[in-house]
Amino acid sequence: MKFLVCISNVPDTTTKIAFTPDNKEFNKAGVQFVINPWDEYALTRAIELKEAAGSGTVTVLNVGEADTEPNIRKALAIGADDAIRVNAAPQDAYFVAEQIAAVAKEGAYDVILMGKESIDYNGFQVHGMVGEMLGIPTVAPAMKLDMSGNTATLEREIEGGKEIVTVNTPFVASCQQPMCEPRIPNMRGIMTARTKPLKVVPAVGEPARTTVAEYALPPKKQGVKLIDAENAGELIKLLRNEAKVI
Amino acid sequence: MSVLVVVECADGEVKKSSLEVASYGAQVAAQLGTTATAIAVGEANEANLAKLGEQGITKVLFDAEPRLKDFVNNAYTKLIATAAEQEQAKIIVLANSNIGAAVGSRLSVRLKASLATNVVELPKTDGGQFTVKRGAFSGKAFSEVVLSGDRKIIAVKKNSTEAKHDAGKTAEVTGFAAQLSDADFADAPTQVVMQDQAGGVLLPEAELVVSGGRGMKGPENWHLIEDLDKALGAATACSKPESDVDWRPHHEHVGQTGITISPNLYIACGISGAIQHLAGVNSSKVIVVINKDPEAPFFKAADYGIVGDVFDVLPKLTAAVKALN
Ligand SMILES: Cc1cc2nc3c(=O)[nH]c(=O)nc-3n(C[C@H](O)[C@H](O)[C@H](O)COP(=O)(O)OP(=O)(O)OC[C@H]3O[C@@H](n4cnc5c(N)ncnc54)[C@H](O)[C@@H]3O)c2cc1C
Ligand SMILES: Nc1ncnc2c1ncn2[C@@H]1O[C@H](COP(=O)(O)O)[C@@H](O)[C@H]1O
Repeated sequence: MKFLVCISNVPDTTTKIAFTPDNKEFNKAGVQFVINPWDEYALTRAIELKEAAGSGTVTVLNVGEADTEPNIRKALAIGADDAIRVNAAPQDAYFVAEQIAAVAKEGAYDVILMGKESIDYNGFQVHGMVGEMLGIPTVAPAMKLDMSGNTATLEREIEGGKEIVTVNTPFVASCQQPMCEPRIPNMRGIMTARTKPLKVVPAVGEPARTTVAEYALPPKKQGVKLIDAENAGELIKLLRNEAKVI
Repeated sequence: MSVLVVVECADGEVKKSSLEVASYGAQVAAQLGTTATAIAVGEANEANLAKLGEQGITKVLFDAEPRLKDFVNNAYTKLIATAAEQEQAKIIVLANSNIGAAVGSRLSVRLKASLATNVVELPKTDGGQFTVKRGAFSGKAFSEVVLSGDRKIIAVKKNSTEAKHDAGKTAEVTGFAAQLSDADFADAPTQVVMQDQAGGVLLPEAELVVSGGRGMKGPENWHLIEDLDKALGAATACSKPESDVDWRPHHEHVGQTGITISPNLYIACGISGAIQHLAGVNSSKVIVVINKDPEAPFFKAADYGIVGDVFDVLPKLTAAVKALN
């Protein structure tokens, strides 16, 4: 079984978001980048399934410029066998999906795993687009993924419940908890990661279909109005008469 | 040209988020001087579909194929793509739900459309550009995105726009057959399992949410949250640690790595307000924080606050709500 795991390089979850003075770009100064937290589920589950089968390969793929390589190496340290970086700034979901679809076709991967969404772009788009480009099913977001031969059984989260879906390879799935316990690299992994292959390929396809004109931060809160704990019931009156939300 | 709105139904009812989407689509149609047609998916009821006229929908297409009751990604995509062709829809509006986003991303490839998910406002169409505002960076920011394609797909974030109600207006419901084949249902679910919702309110759709954190000490104290939920008709949520240790189901966990919600009211009980938690809730319209530590960071993001012990404050709030009703 050939697994392709798509990882995105995102600002650490504790990052205070700021933009360049013209509000056109995210300000990367001093920001720590990590593997998108959801993608860690995809990566760990692929490694677990490969180990359980006793054969197969796990390839990680990132669409990004050279500054993403530390996190690609981290994915190799966690246990991926090799890596591909499509050398291009990720312009939009469609552009990224085109790159992933091209790599997936070229390498004839059986299982393409992604995260539920990227925590910077929050698109929830790339997995569906890749499935459609390749003409194969996408199961998103998946909470559970088991494989038996070429057949996968997944639990897909829906509002208010879950669905059990069975698909044959090749397919795309986007992963989230409680699928597995994401692994962290160990010393041996970090040592071997340095010598694992990382191939850099050029971008292909059509240009992006969306562009960001401007970013904005949410409006600042006015400041908190404190209510005495002894008089907690007063809050309920304020919520009805002042805030008018109940 | 028209605007096509995808309306999700469950148990015969149009979902609340789809009423918002219908209203959004009708307003976009008005902006562009055209009409809005809806296509129904899920378990629909014709009388309820006709009522979409109240949101400004002119016509509703409805395919009575029984296998469309549950979400099937391929079949839904084909159904909506066929409707879009028939109606010559340049703009498709859906909910930013697990269904809407999944179908929207496939449709964008099939119809060669520009897609924006997580959209929070009506588009701006001046200056020959079509721009939408969407949430980015996990609720910590917004981006204005230009959709340059000839066709556009917009997935609207739940509870971010209001559903208009023009009482008494009806839409024309017409049959529609997308001629789906067995192959279109190949990725149909083999089983659907619904959870018991506390108080019957679904968290992603909820207008009012009461949420508990580690300050609640343990799952045995959750009845204090649930009592207030029931009195208010609110949904239950929690911070990440509670779902990590299985005090609460993971679908109740809100935040950067949980779900993002934007209810009208979010009441946080014994939650410190870590940046990852705030990311999931800071677009709530009104935030109330109850915490015994006056220095808890959450107070900085709150509209109302009570410095106090949740075990003392929560029963008082529940009693006050009951007294009000
Ligand atoms: C990669 C990553 C992703 C994360 N994603 C999320 C996420 O999506 N969602 C999320 O919630 N967290 C997330 N976290 C965790 C986050 O950083 C915090 O650890 C978490 O939100 C803390 O939960 P808490 O506020 O319930 O607990 P604590 O931080 O322990 O706070 C408990 C609060 O309760 C108060 N308290 C205690 N007893 C009482 C009482 N009797 N009455 C009133 N108040 C009381 C305390 O003063 C304190 O402020 C993430 C962390 C990481 C590293
Ligand atoms: N630049 C990228 N390179 C590789 N994979 C990506 C990239 N951007 C997004 N993805 C994958 O697509 C998933 C969904 O992203 P999104 O549609 O942006 O929410 C992520 O969890 C990743 O697995």
